[in-house]
Amino acid sequence: MNDMPRTLPAATIPALSLEAASVVHRGQTLLKPLTLTLDGYQRILVMGPNGAGKSLLLRLAHGLLAPSTGRVHWHGRPPRQAMVFQRPVLLRRSALDNLTYALAVHGVPWRSRKSLAREALARFGLAPLEKRPARVLSGGEQQRLALARAWLLNPEVLFLDEPTAALDPASMRAVEEAVRDFHALGTRIVMTTHDLNQARRLADEVVLLHEGQLVEHSAAERFFAAPASPTSRAFLEGALVW
Amino acid sequence: MTVSDNAFSTALALILGLDDTLLGIVALSLRVSLTAVLIAALLALPLGAALALWRFPGRSAIIVVLNSFMGLPPVVAGLTVYLLLSRAGPLGEFGLLFTPSAMVVAQVILILPIIAALTRQQVEELHGEYREQLQSLGLSRRRMMPTLLWDARFGLLTVVLAGFGRASAEVGAVMIVGGNIDGVTRMMTTAIVLETSKGNLPLALGLGIVLLGLVTLINAGAYVMGETARRRLG
Repeated sequence: MNDMPRTLPAATIPALSLEAASVVHRGQTLLKPLTLTLDGYQRILVMGPNGAGKSLLLRLAHGLLAPSTGRVHWHGRPPRQAMVFQRPVLLRRSALDNLTYALAVHGVPWRSRKSLAREALARFGLAPLEKRPARVLSGGEQQRLALARAWLLNPEVLFLDEPTAALDPASMRAVEEAVRDFHALGTRIVMTTHDLNQARRLADEVVLLHEGQLVEHSAAERFFAAPASPTSRAFLEGALVW
Repeated sequence: MTVSDNAFSTALALILGLDDTLLGIVALSLRVSLTAVLIAALLALPLGAALALWRFPGRSAIIVVLNSFMGLPPVVAGLTVYLLLSRAGPLGEFGLLFTPSAMVVAQVILILPIIAALTRQQVEELHGEYREQLQSLGLSRRRMMPTLLWDARFGLLTVVLAGFGRASAEVGAVMIVGGNIDGVTRMMTTAIVLETSKGNLPLALGLGIVLLGLVTLINAGAYVMGETARRRLG
């Protein structure tokens, strides 16, 4: 790849801080004031039962949502970011055009767009499907296309919101491999899941939310071996109401 | 022989005879309506998309006005343009009254609200689906507009056709601002009105059949085009 060299970041990725950030919607507090710093090249898994506020936390962090109170800010310049959603949003165009579109948005000259997009398609096993309309692809193929799109943006921080929740085991494995690949190239991963096994496979750090509140933020090893709070223990034992 | 039997044979004779007067009327009708649709679409598509994307004071009022103007009586639109373009009117100096340009202006006023209001609906719906992804890619609302318009293109094609349907079927506005002058501003619809009032019902109905045939042809063309693209792109 000549135009967007994929190298390990020379400088560190700036940390992201949420300071007493909350989300209130129509008088209902969906996310209670939460203070949290996400730093380093970690794979941070945000966990919790449904409705705990995982997706909201991710949207706050990525800037899709402004906090109702408090502050969300990067320490230094905001890094290149990308997000992969639970239900991939693909444009009504071919698989290839979905990728060249993302490159165009990011100002890559049109000469190199197609070849870069084709490389990404091949990387995610989608090369034979390049001419197919993106929206008739299977769920797993769509999610891989969304990952390929994120790949092309060469993000320093990648957000994934339950990317495997609707996928079969093979597609889930493909997504997890992609997450490892992103991470191996120095991308900070912030991913939500409610799948404990997936978290055990991927996590360096765990953030546990429950009922819109931060319960625990600790290294994965510690979280799984010796959870700090009773809520965490209950969650690990599957005793939290889902 | 009934009127309708006569009408069909008259229509057939009109078409097969390639009557110069008829060709002139057909050409003018198409020119005026297609120009009006083109201008209205160029204005209304971005307007509708902007209304879908931005929240500002007065937005609801604009939407209500557009929605109600979808049902604007053509004669009222015609009268308004007539007053604007008449000698004593504010735009009188251009001398546009009783010209095809005046008819285009009147039709633009009639179909612009239709295209804008329906575009807003379609783009708003699509925006709901695309918003987070486009925002994540770092697009501002202004840069989202072309993407949303392009991705809504199949629905918008139908919207523009609805505008064309209204323009080509409409008689009140073009009658008032065009004046139905033979060879200058006589259109299919105004000719039908004239022939009806003269009692030449077969010719009137014959013209009606030709008009219907033309509109059907254009719609069929657009439908085939849209379906082919839709099947190709999903």
